Amino acid sequence: MLALESVTYRYAGATRPSLRDVSVAFGDGEVVGVTGRSEAGKTTLCLVACGIAPRTVGGTLTGRVLLDGEDTAPLPMHALVGRVGMGFSRPATQLSGVAGTVYEEVAFGPMNLGLPRAEVIERTESAIAALRIEPLAARDPRRLSGGQQQLVSMAGLLALRPAHLVLDEPTAQLDPAGTRLVGAALGRLAERGASIAVTEQKTDLLAAIATRIVVVDEARVVLEGPAADVLADPALEGFGVAAPAPIRLERAAAAADLPAGAIARLREAAAK
Amino acid sequence: MTAAALLTGGLLAPALVTVVGVLAPAVVARNVWRLARTALLLTLPLAVSILLVNVLFFPGGQEVIFAVGPVRATVEGLRFAIETLLRLAAISGAISLFYLTTPPGELAVDLERRGVSPRLTFIVHAAVQTVPAMVERAAAITAAQRARGLDTEGSPWKRLRGLLPLAGPVLLGSIADVEERTMALEARGFTRPGRRTLLWHPADSGGQAAARWLMLAVVPALVVARAFGLLDWMG
Repeated sequence: MLALESVTYRYAGATRPSLRDVSVAFGDGEVVGVTGRSEAGKTTLCLVACGIAPRTVGGTLTGRVLLDGEDTAPLPMHALVGRVGMGFSRPATQLSGVAGTVYEEVAFGPMNLGLPRAEVIERTESAIAALRIEPLAARDPRRLSGGQQQLVSMAGLLALRPAHLVLDEPTAQLDPAGTRLVGAALGRLAERGASIAVTEQKTDLLAAIATRIVVVDEARVVLEGPAADVLADPALEGFGVAAPAPIRLERAAAAADLPAGAIARLREAAAK
Repeated sequence: MTAAALLTGGLLAPALVTVVGVLAPAVVARNVWRLARTALLLTLPLAVSILLVNVLFFPGGQEVIFAVGPVRATVEGLRFAIETLLRLAAISGAISLFYLTTPPGELAVDLERRGVSPRLTFIVHAAVQTVPAMVERAAAITAAQRARGLDTEGSPWKRLRGLLPLAGPVLLGSIADVEERTMALEARGFTRPGRRTLLWHPADSGGQAAARWLMLAVVPALVVARAFGLLDWMG
């Protein structure tokens, strides 16, 4: 369980807080989607949840961040690594910059943890297999496309085997197939008991992978609940988030006064 | 090699150092042409000026080859220039050979294996690796600016002016990246104290180790030899 308790956070030099009195919990085995319009505070929520704010970026934080019930305030960053993984949206800046091959790039985190060599290899290979990037293993990570780099950096996170994972738009540059692979890998991780927070604008993806959804607007949590309920909430669009395609289709069908049977058939077709 | 070239004088010794210490390994590594090109590019302007200044303006030169007005080319000057150029060849050759035969990744891993701080090796390694990325970024920004109508072709003055709007985005963009890179590195445990696991290390044969010790031993030996005047016969 990774939890924020009435957290207010302001970046150094900012006049207004980027998170206001936010309380949210990411439970074990849960994939929680965090969504909202640009600049709403999604990335800040990620940075605070995984401890990078305020440790690395400065700023002031009030309230508590709890990791399995333990207040994280006195812990240094490296003590959080391996417990909380954080993925950023721009894949190029997540590459270590010193790995000549994708294999070494994925192994970078486990190597930093000082794990036995055999375990580093085992973790690296299973993370590479999970995202099906074996054909890229010997390539130079800087010479890959944005989407490929995103898969590589995701593999690097999976290799850390964190109990909690915070991902900021992990599929921003991915094609639909890559998006499905990341979704499936997150699902498997959650099944093993990890808690996962994912910020995402693609509500169709959230509908597929999220168990619960948190909507952030103007630095506050404005909507929270089971994924199906939040995604069907009419207030959602008011917070700058488009409902998933099937729900929009259903609404359009209802607005066009189609007979009830037609709507049911549309729903079935959209679910396929 | 560099130290050996500086410690020995005359014509023979630096020539020997160049042939035995630089050219022979380059032949083994099949890198002679790239080595010659790199070393030449590195030292050509310096070499030309050394040659001109010494041949034409060597103080106290007696044997005149030719004279044009106040300028007199002398044999002593030529001799001194050749001595200096041979040293320069040994030095630039040794440095170029090192860069051509040592991948930065292998160097970093080996230094770390020998106990150098991973942060230090990271800085060196990442800096070397970042250069191509910066060049690519600059090319992308130039393309984007030209697509929006910036004129970067034509006269040298126009090209120079085209550079200015490039400098800002390239430098600022790289600096902005640093913050996210730092966060990503921290999130992957790079700042954790204690030893990192290393997956591999470069092959190191007995011959290589012996060569390193030999090179290390030659330097103090030369210092002693020079101090006692044992190298004077080399001229």
